[in-house]
Amino acid sequence: MNLWIWLLLACFLAYAWKLVGYFVPAKLLKDPRMSRIAGTMTIGLLASLTIVNTVASGQTLAADARLGALAAAAVVLAFRAPFLLVVVVGAGAAALLRLIGWN
Amino acid sequence: MKLLASPAVRVGISISIATGLYGVSFGALSVTSGLDFWQTMALSLLLFSGGSQFAFIGVVAGGGSGIAAMSAATLLGMRNGIYGMQLNALLHPTGWRKYVAAQVTIDESTATSSGQTDPDEQRRGFWTAGIGIYVLWNLFTAVGALAGSGLGDPKQWGLDGAAVAAFLALLWPRLKGREPAAIAVVCALATVVAVPFVPAGVPILIAAVVAALIGWFSHGRSDEGLEPDVDPYDEHHGRRDKNRDAHLDNQRDSHGDSHGQTGQAGA
Repeated sequence: MNLWIWLLLACFLAYAWKLVGYFVPAKLLKDPRMSRIAGTMTIGLLASLTIVNTVASGQTLAADARLGALAAAAVVLAFRAPFLLVVVVGAGAAALLRLIGWN
Repeated sequence: MKLLASPAVRVGISISIATGLYGVSFGALSVTSGLDFWQTMALSLLLFSGGSQFAFIGVVAGGGSGIAAMSAATLLGMRNGIYGMQLNALLHPTGWRKYVAAQVTIDESTATSSGQTDPDEQRRGFWTAGIGIYVLWNLFTAVGALAGSGLGDPKQWGLDGAAVAAFLALLWPRLKGREPAAIAVVCALATVVAVPFVPAGVPILIAAVVAALIGWFSHGRSDEGLEPDVDPYDEHHGRRDKNRDAHLDNQRDSHGDSHGQTGQAGA
């Protein structure tokens, strides 16, 4: 139940961001710093989420099959594979590495 | 059939299919992260922004709190506010349309619209991609959520690896040049250093602060990182016409390719 509250709040805030854009005066758009921060934060957050999901297990760091998933995903991305294929390759790499004994 | 003659509508439809399809992976990963079917659907129906949705479930899957998940999703959603400003200046929606337009304001609908030069085409591109993705994304989220809940042990299927791959795929198109790659590396390092010292989920917020500081104090491209996950004008989707090619090339030139070629940094 607790998660529902934060989830719905996240939905509300996501819509608020979107809507704010349509109501602020256009001259705010002229300030490049705003969109610059939105951009660097997007890159930073996605990089952080990538690495957290690769090496973190709670509060400890671990080197396991997820590292293989990261490497495999990077390889197919370099060959311009579409999103869904990248995800499937990531899953396949992790599953395969576990099958041969690397957790 | 007259509508299909519009290049923006054709691009909008193909981007809807490409993006909508990967709702399957969101749905499946969401239910294996511990969210139930309706929580998963609520994210796709109400939050509707791929990166933020993956961020929310990514934090929950890592054992983070609800408030950390909400914060990560909300910070990642800031760029949609920038898109809103751009689209408002481009399309001037009025009345109730403004409120509907806001909900379907995401990377791909913005990119489809701003890739066109004619105002009518910009409008058609935005609405086709926005509504098309909304419908298909939700449909395929439901398919993925139903399929994912029948999977059993998610680790056996490598679904934690799928999450890693999904985040890297979201990040990848934004790493055009040395500077964004450097930002990514710095934020990844900050995250790893923070993991042992703070509760799960918080390292991601620390990385967001680091990224915001970089954005505040450095002077680079003002549209860094504001690229769609699936590029509507990539050769895989839709046909390009010569005018648009020229337009896009001009844009690219003015951004300056002096940043160098696509960064190779994986994380």
